[in-house]
Amino acid sequence: MNIDQQIVRIIENAGVDIVCSVPCNLLGSVMELLDFGPVRHAPVTREEEGVGVAAGAALSGSRPLLLMQNSGLGNCVNALASLSGLYELPLFLLMSHRGGESERIVAQKPMGEAAPAVLDALGIPRTDISKAADLEQLEASMRSAYADSCVRAAFLQPELWS
Amino acid sequence: MKRIDIIRRIAAQDGLIVANIGFPARELFSVQDRPDNFYMLGSMGLASSIGLGLALSQPEPVYVIEGDGALLMNLGSLATIAREAPPNLCLVVIDNRVYGSTGNQPTARAAGTDIAALARAAGCKHVIESTDDRQLQDALDAFYSGLTVIVVQAEAGNARVPIIDLTPVEIKKRFMQRLGVV
Repeated sequence: MNIDQQIVRIIENAGVDIVCSVPCNLLGSVMELLDFGPVRHAPVTREEEGVGVAAGAALSGSRPLLLMQNSGLGNCVNALASLSGLYELPLFLLMSHRGGESERIVAQKPMGEAAPAVLDALGIPRTDISKAADLEQLEASMRSAYADSCVRAAFLQPELWS
Repeated sequence: MKRIDIIRRIAAQDGLIVANIGFPARELFSVQDRPDNFYMLGSMGLASSIGLGLALSQPEPVYVIEGDGALLMNLGSLATIAREAPPNLCLVVIDNRVYGSTGNQPTARAAGTDIAALARAAGCKHVIESTDDRQLQDALDAFYSGLTVIVVQAEAGNARVPIIDLTPVEIKKRFMQRLGVV
C-alpha cells in the first residue's frame, strides 16, 4: 500500500463515520480514495463549516474527521473553541502541514509556523507524522479523540510522501 | 410574524431542532424546552452546518432555526446542503433583516440581498417563501417530501425570555440520550 492508501485504511480502521474535507494538493489522492470507500465523504466549502457538520454528526454518535491543510486551521478557531470544545464533542483534525523548510510558496510560511501554537492555545493535542513508521500512532490518536470525546489533531509533514 | 411565533410553529413539529445562538435559542428554550433541542451557545453561522451533519448521520427529521444574518456568515453551507441534499433536513431561515442578538444592526438582507434566491442559486430545489402564519404551517407540513428551505419574513425584535440555564454539556448529553447514542 502507498501512503495515501495507508491513511485511508487507518481512517477506516479507527471507525471514522464521516470525513469533511477542503481540497489540498498533498491530500488529493486520499480524498479521491475516500469517495470510493465505505466512509461517508462530505466535501465542504470552508473548514469552519466542516467543524459544524462534524459537530452535528457527533451529536448523533458518529465519529467525524476533518481533512484539510494546516491553513484551514485558522478558519476554524472560533468553532473549535465555542462548539467542539464547549460541548466536548469529538473531532479529529487531519492536516497536511505546509510552510516548513522545504516550502516554496511564501504564503504558506506564516500559518505553517503558527499552526502548532494555535493548537496549543486551543488545548488540542497533536501528533506529528513525518515518515511511514509514524503512521502507527495515528489510529490510536483518532480512537482516543472518539473515546474521550475531545478534539485531537495530526500534522502530516510533506516528507511523508517523499 | 414575530420570531417567537415562528419558533412556536417549529417546536410543534416532531423532530430534532438546532437553534441558532442568542435570542433564537433562548426563545425556543422558553417556548418548549425539550431534549430534542440543541441550543447553540457559540459558533455563530454554523446552525445550518450542524443541522446538515445531524441530518446526514441519523434518520429523524431535523429542523434548523437559522437567521438571515447568521446564514450570511456561512453562505457556502447552502451549496454543501444542496449537494448532500439529506431528505430529512428542513432549514428555516427567519428573515428579519437585522442581527437581533447584538442590537438590531441591519444585515445585507436589509439592502436587498434575497435569501430565497441565494438558496435556489446554490442548488436547493425546494425553497418556500412565507410571509404569514398559514404559509409557514403549510410549508412545514409539506416538509417530509425532501430537503426543504423555508424563508419566512419576520419582524425585527426579540421576546423577553430568560437565558438558558443549562450547561453546554447538559444540552449535549440529554440530546444524545434522546437519540439513544449515549
